[in-house]
Amino acid sequence: MSDLSNSPPAKSDKAAAARRQFFADAGRMACGVGLLGLGLGFHAKQARALPPAALRPPGAGAEEDFLGACIRCGLCVRDCPYGTLSLARPEQPVSTGTPYFVARQVPCEMCEDIPCVKACPTGALDHGLTDINQARMGLAVLLDQETCLNFLGLRCDVCYRVCPVIDKAITLELRPNTRTGRHSMFIPTVHSEHCTGCGKCERSCVLETAAIKVLPVPLAKGELGQHYRVGWEEEKKAGHSLVDDKGLGDLPDRMPEGARLEGHFDPASQGGPSLAPGKPATPGSGVDSLAPSIPGADAHGPGVPAIPQNIPGGGLPNRLSDEAAR
Amino acid sequence: MSFLSPRFPAALAAKGRLGANRWLLLRRLSQFGILGLFLLGPLAGLWLVKGNLSYSLTLDTLPLADPLLVLQVLFSGHRPEGMALLGAAIVLAFYLLVGGRVYCSWVCPMNLVTDLAGWLRERLGLKGSAHISRRSRYWILGLTLLLPLAGAGLAWELINPVSMLHRGLIFGLGAAWTVVLAIFLLDLLIMSRGWCGHLCPVGAFYGLLGRTSLLRVSARRRQECDDCMDCFAACPEPQVIRPALKGEANGTGPVILASACTNCGRCIDVCAKGVFVFGSRFNQHTQRCAPAGEAEGQTDHRKTIH
Ligand code: SF4
Ligand code: SF4
Ligand code: SF4
Ligand code: SF4
Ligand code: SF4
Repeated sequence: MSDLSNSPPAKSDKAAAARRQFFADAGRMACGVGLLGLGLGFHAKQARALPPAALRPPGAGAEEDFLGACIRCGLCVRDCPYGTLSLARPEQPVSTGTPYFVARQVPCEMCEDIPCVKACPTGALDHGLTDINQARMGLAVLLDQETCLNFLGLRCDVCYRVCPVIDKAITLELRPNTRTGRHSMFIPTVHSEHCTGCGKCERSCVLETAAIKVLPVPLAKGELGQHYRVGWEEEKKAGHSLVDDKGLGDLPDRMPEGARLEGHFDPASQGGPSLAPGKPATPGSGVDSLAPSIPGADAHGPGVPAIPQNIPGGGLPNRLSDEAAR
Repeated sequence: MSFLSPRFPAALAAKGRLGANRWLLLRRLSQFGILGLFLLGPLAGLWLVKGNLSYSLTLDTLPLADPLLVLQVLFSGHRPEGMALLGAAIVLAFYLLVGGRVYCSWVCPMNLVTDLAGWLRERLGLKGSAHISRRSRYWILGLTLLLPLAGAGLAWELINPVSMLHRGLIFGLGAAWTVVLAIFLLDLLIMSRGWCGHLCPVGAFYGLLGRTSLLRVSARRRQECDDCMDCFAACPEPQVIRPALKGEANGTGPVILASACTNCGRCIDVCAKGVFVFGSRFNQHTQRCAPAGEAEGQTDHRKTIH
């Protein structure tokens, strides 16, 4: 603040004051607009969380991308012949002005020519989507197994019957009805590979509140660990099992002492002719190598083939035999 | 001044009721006409125009897009389809010609609201106004473009009162009326011409767009000015008038070049001396007297009205 103490010439003083004023004004403006921006940024972040009941039209990308691409013009709304879509109003929990639909109110009828996508001027609804069966607006999930009539053992089947991708997106899977003991339950089962999320099933569920609901895909779908392999599928792909059975250690079958199943071959428990009692049959057969440390395992002495000595926690056979003795 | 006494008696006396409101009437015709075209679809099932001011399709062929919105889409990293780009280009070309803020005074529905607030403010004699720089709008404009860059999508659209009002009128207003009311009260009670004159980034964008526009208002007969100050009172951006009107001494031309001018023509209406005219930005010549024919026409007019 030296320019305050020693007075410089009037002109430069004026210029300095003007400069200060300018920076002060600019600073104030930056603060104000910065605050506005911050508030708006957070608001935008919250508005990005689409409520589960709101679905985007076919061809919409991930919510984040969609909110940056949609210009909020409503042409998709206008060109939908079924009045499925509407633009969100400010009081609704969907980002203001963007198109959405609620399956339970008006579902998507999966028009073959997809007029909503064609009408979109920005490509927020991807023009690359030409087959409506490839649309993924959401994923149907049979959420409530306590009220679904088919789970109660009845034959409602409505969600299954109305599905435009019937027998692919949704199937009826037979399961024994353990309540009656002699009927089948026909369980509506959705397959994400084919479900478009059109919402016809949710719309048509006969219950007061639908038992089957279409959810946003990220909410509805689980995901296997990257390294997981589903054996039977890999086997189908490769034409043979990926696992070499011979290299596998065989765990013993657990059976009551002295019990023998006719025709049941259990190499790990019973041992082959080459099996030396008390010694591991194959190197690395961890269970066998544990045998000496099992309390009471030695009680019966080695060399009694019918007794499964090498079960971890081998006390069980003892207790069973104790009981038998009483 | 009673509530209903004329605001600009001099112009009324000189040009008659119609002459003193010519551009205002045309402007309202344009604003309501455009709104009417958009409403024909939802109200009467006559789909000449679909969409809203963000993007519209006229007669299923002519695309028109808000260039500021398309810019935000681009900034958010999405490459729009051709129709949006074409629509934005057409709108850009149009406003580069006629003046960007022609959008404000001839098209924007919010202008009806803020004009009403301004009119009421004056009628009620409300004085005192919060002070915020008129440059604020450029900062907010910067913000609207920064947010998509920062990955917030078209965040400004969450609160943009302009698109909210227009979309609301066509697709259902919902709670958007509260935002419109807030703007009205801001202009009426807190800040004179607060929204359109200080804050609105849409207006700021169109203003920047019109910096080089061809159509401008010119104070061609500025020597006639008798300093009644009516044009300053009527203008929504009065700071733009002085350089052109009073610039003779320091050699400034009569054309209003400031981009904030909305080409609303209100100054032309309210000037009893006929100082202002619409013209090209390159027509810098001045004129001493009103052409005889026009003056006579106005006299006739007055006769028929009174
Ligand atoms: S596919 Fe058809 S029914 Fe579904 S949203 Fe688009 S236009 Fe509407
Ligand atoms: S047509 Fe496209 S840009 Fe317009 S509202 Fe629908 S999704 Fe958004
Ligand atoms: S949402 Fe329902 S009706 Fe639609 S495809 Fe999926 S299972 Fe079928
Ligand atoms: S329509 Fe509803 S109640 Fe009927 S089977 Fe489907 S989910 Fe169950
Ligand atoms: S400044 Fe904004 S709200 Fe006002 S008329 Fe222009 S665009 Fe509309």
